[in-house]
Amino acid sequence: MASGNTSADNAYVRFEKVQKSYDGEILVVKDLNLNIAKGEFVTMLGPSGSGKTTCLMMLAGFEPATNGEIYIGDKSINHIPPHKRGIGMVFQNYALFPHMSIGENLSFPLEVRKMNKTDSEKAVKRALDMVQMGDFINRRPAQLSGGQQQRIALARALVFEPELVLMDEPLGALDKQLRERMQYEIKHIHENLGVTIVYVTHDQSEALTMSDRIAVFNDGVIQQLSSAESLYEHPQNAFVAQFIGENNELHGIVEEIEDDTCTVKLTDGTTVKAEKVNVDNIGDKTLLSLRPERVEIDPTGKMDALLKGRIEELIYLGDHIRVRMNVAGNDEFIAKVRNRGDKRDLKEGQSINVGWAASDCKALDG
Amino acid sequence: MTDSTNVTDNVPSSATDERLLTTDGVPLKQKLAQTTRRMRMRAFMLTVPLVLFLVISFVVPIGQMLFRSVHNTAGTDVAPNFAAAIQKWNGEGLPSEEVFELFAKDIMASQKRREIGKTPGKLGTRVNYEFPGSLSLIKSAARKFKKIKEGPYKEAILKQNKKWANPTLWRTLKRVTRDYSPSFYYAALDLKYDPDENLVAADKIYQIYVSNFWKTLRLSAIITFLCFLLAFPVSYLLSTLPLATSNLLMILVLLPFWTSLLVRTTAWIAILQSKGIINNILVFIGIISDENRVQLIYNQTGTIFAMVHILLPFMILPLYSVMKTIPPSYMRAARSMGATPFTAFRRVYFPQTLPGIAAGTLLVFILAIGYYITPALVGGADGILISNLIANHIQKTLNWSLGAALGTILLVTVMVLYWIYNKLVGIDKLSFG
Ligand SMILES: Nc1ncnc2c1ncn2[C@@H]1O[C@H](COP(=O)(O)OP(=O)(O)OP(=O)(O)O)[C@@H](O)[C@H]1O
Ligand SMILES: [Mg+2]
Repeated sequence: MASGNTSADNAYVRFEKVQKSYDGEILVVKDLNLNIAKGEFVTMLGPSGSGKTTCLMMLAGFEPATNGEIYIGDKSINHIPPHKRGIGMVFQNYALFPHMSIGENLSFPLEVRKMNKTDSEKAVKRALDMVQMGDFINRRPAQLSGGQQQRIALARALVFEPELVLMDEPLGALDKQLRERMQYEIKHIHENLGVTIVYVTHDQSEALTMSDRIAVFNDGVIQQLSSAESLYEHPQNAFVAQFIGENNELHGIVEEIEDDTCTVKLTDGTTVKAEKVNVDNIGDKTLLSLRPERVEIDPTGKMDALLKGRIEELIYLGDHIRVRMNVAGNDEFIAKVRNRGDKRDLKEGQSINVGWAASDCKALDG
Repeated sequence: MTDSTNVTDNVPSSATDERLLTTDGVPLKQKLAQTTRRMRMRAFMLTVPLVLFLVISFVVPIGQMLFRSVHNTAGTDVAPNFAAAIQKWNGEGLPSEEVFELFAKDIMASQKRREIGKTPGKLGTRVNYEFPGSLSLIKSAARKFKKIKEGPYKEAILKQNKKWANPTLWRTLKRVTRDYSPSFYYAALDLKYDPDENLVAADKIYQIYVSNFWKTLRLSAIITFLCFLLAFPVSYLLSTLPLATSNLLMILVLLPFWTSLLVRTTAWIAILQSKGIINNILVFIGIISDENRVQLIYNQTGTIFAMVHILLPFMILPLYSVMKTIPPSYMRAARSMGATPFTAFRRVYFPQTLPGIAAGTLLVFILAIGYYITPALVGGADGILISNLIANHIQKTLNWSLGAALGTILLVTVMVLYWIYNKLVGIDKLSFG
């Protein structure tokens, strides 16, 4: 699956200038443009209330788009009712019909499609086997554990072989271990069936694990749409940098720009070099973003930036040591030091030098 | 991923037969009972006031009603000696001289005592239920018997009025002077004794109770069904609206509860009567002519209209509370799987409202079957229900035993219906909200 941008030409699902307002006063979704290729696994990731579910509901047909068009294939689906869209859906609370057995739940979509009985039974069995729940066909949803219900919901969304499946925080109610296992299962099912999946979550590790591409939502706007790696390595703005992974922040003013690096004067007066991401003019406020594992303490080689700091706290975490320092007036500055077993003698209160490569330090919008 | 089923399947561990013991060797069950006894005791004490209240206000009156329906002492109160003696009579021809003498003496004695409720008239009323036309005969008997100076009484009494020579009268007297008898149930079921003491259907004009029972059941069923038809969409609307709006509308639904039943029922009179609002509108529009105004009240139509209105909240409340718990995602899931709105409603939404429908139906039907005030006010002659007949016997004719028998039959009917309902629906499946 290509991680680059899907162009409008080969897009399977296409949001075009979509806006959504529930009350006519607040835009919950602001100018959404999103292209999803066939067979792609796209995750919508964002904080609560950022409009993820709303986007999904518009795609599924349960909420009308206030403005703009949504296409599946070449067809605008704005006026197609939900039951004719042929989209499979997994709900956060699973929405298994409590008055039907598991078998009846799964055959429901086949029945309304008037599939004959033998074919339907086969399809149900196949779907149940796919999620390893074949033995539970006669149970009621209430007699299953959360994880089992989740599998059934997944099987039910897939049993009628939709080309597009939407999942709204399907793993939200599961414990961590089960959630991780289900993540892999969903990923494998996606790979085996080749369906297009739009997945909603606000758990970033879930998004990073599963997706071909991730759309980071905030405030009704997609902040960045790219692969997990480029979200982490090349955040486009301060929100993405803060939202994905751990992040050290330093505030400053741009002093000099040359090509794609810039020189930034920090609040305490020191200047550092950083990669220019989205600052345009000299004199702009900027926020420098730096991953904790890219920070070196008392570096031996040559560094693009070298600052003085003081160790505030040491936390031993087995495979690495977290070092909290005061650097350039920020006493929440974190460095992760790999535990090589060579007993570096770091002490609280100790003054040290910290350094990093300019390419690891991103100058983002302030 | 092959091992995942092993993890998620919960194989229930087979139950062990060994009795579990605590570390002290006391059986666990026994220990548990000990420790929870105090707690249960305290919980029980909290229910004592309610239990007492129920016993006093519910169990005792119902027990009294059951008792009164088979127990009537009119005979032994008025003529105790006679009552004992006539039971020995074999019912052929006329009773012996001895029985006649006791009858005359008892009647005269009771007339002299003038105790309330124990006068000859009381016995006369009782006999009259089963042998019409004998009230005045017995009421005036004491006065007449006084003229008899000496025996034999049989001859003298027979001479006074030839009605005394009718063996059926004496057989009836024998029956009604027993303290315990099922005769009020026979009366409540439109049965009577023929002159040969066989149970037969009562005369046509007296056959009012069984047909009224059927009418009560029929009207209750119609009212319940109409309530359901009206309440279902309303409850659905309420359950889908935002809470603030639905609460406001809910108050409107409950508003009738805060208005006097009498006022509401009277309002229906204003609306439905032949010079009322509905008829006036129909005449005004020209659907009916002024001479042919529709009779909407003082018949079954009036009873149905007014009772549907009054019982509607009892259907809406359980329906609403059940619908409120059905998340919209069920319908959405069904739609996303390709079901049309109608199919999704029929296959997914409607079945989940069944506990509410069942509870509402039961509530409305049982309330309707025993309803009194509304049919009394707007039912006229045709629209009255069984409880109006019961009230009539309790308040007007003072035939309490017949009222009690009718009430008992109503109670048993309701209980049988409830039992059938429980078999069909399962009472554990109801949700009253
Ligand atoms: N039916 C509705 N009526 C009015 N406003 C709504 C409705 N549904 C959602 N909203 C509002 O729209 C915004 C976006 O909601 P949405 O459910 O899309 O968020 P989300 O990103 O899915 O959040 P979460 O992660 O908590 O599920 C929120 O501010 C919410 O209050
Ligand atoms: Mg959501």
